[in-house]
Amino acid sequence: MVFSQVIHFLQNHIYYIGAFGLIFIGLLIILVKHNLIKVIIGLSILETGVNLFLIAVGYISNGTAPIFSNPSVETQRMVDPVPQALVLTAIVIGVAVLALALSLAIRLYQHYGILDLRQIREQKW
Amino acid sequence: MRSIISILLLAFIAWGIVTVIGEIPFGTEKSRVGGHYVDQGREETGASNIVTSVVLNYRGFDTLGEVTVLFVAAIGLGAALATRRKKEKREIEPASLVLYTGCRFLFPLILLFGGYIFIHGHLTPGGGFQGGAIVASAFILVYLGCRGRRISETVSKTIESLGGLVFVVVGLVGLAVGGHYFLLNFLPKGELNTLFSAGIIPILYIAIGFKVGSELAGVIDHLMEESE
Repeated sequence: MVFSQVIHFLQNHIYYIGAFGLIFIGLLIILVKHNLIKVIIGLSILETGVNLFLIAVGYISNGTAPIFSNPSVETQRMVDPVPQALVLTAIVIGVAVLALALSLAIRLYQHYGILDLRQIREQKW
Repeated sequence: MRSIISILLLAFIAWGIVTVIGEIPFGTEKSRVGGHYVDQGREETGASNIVTSVVLNYRGFDTLGEVTVLFVAAIGLGAALATRRKKEKREIEPASLVLYTGCRFLFPLILLFGGYIFIHGHLTPGGGFQGGAIVASAFILVYLGCRGRRISETVSKTIESLGGLVFVVVGLVGLAVGGHYFLLNFLPKGELNTLFSAGIIPILYIAIGFKVGSELAGVIDHLMEESE
């Protein structure tokens, strides 16, 4: 009984679970790993998960992309364009933020000669 | 110890989230504003790509803010890396003839493809952000394939500033002509599904394409300079 409920939950929410799985993998990497480059990779995975979650929320069953490439496309079965528009800009900003984080990592490495967060006093927790 | 605390914390957050997302149905329409954009977007903006009309027309002011975030991140990267004194020019081993010729052959084609993507942003999947990323990928090819060639920092900064300026000026002209709000679509909408349609949207997307392309190329330039 419980098993079938779990299966039902998984069937209905598998995309949310995948997106949050990525978010948790990213958070876990950020919290656990000591190497700064790995922390930045975790940040990137976290961002991918958030983007996937936004797209999954906007999905409508059997919907097409909201583009009227020819006049025969009907408006009834189209996914929500608003999350797509948000994610569109979020991806490019994610690239810029990743580059900024990497540049800070480069500066940190030039200063301390090491990327291990356990051995940098200001970065330890 | 640290990892145990982290896993316990994440398990707690995960439990909270699972109880909440069980309530969100998947695959149904959740916001009426999205339906309105899909139904009325073609008449109101003239763009056949509804995502573009949301990005540049309904939420154009948001996009200006996001472009500013990108600009600030690129400036921050430059500031973080530029405090170091300039190293003297080091000798770079030149690439082989095949690699050099291949990347010189591909570079204009990739630029052309990027330009196609951001000029047709209101008709096909694509737009200024994607086209700008493709243009920047052409510069990655040059930096990796034809070592020793570099983009001029002045030119990239000028194109970037012009792109941002065109966005703001077009928005202010819309404010002056219409008098209601920033980024009013004051040009004629034209016929749906043709290149010269959708008023100011193609102009803004071309500006964004140049801006994003030159910004990401500048980011690549800074990072590659660091690796040499």
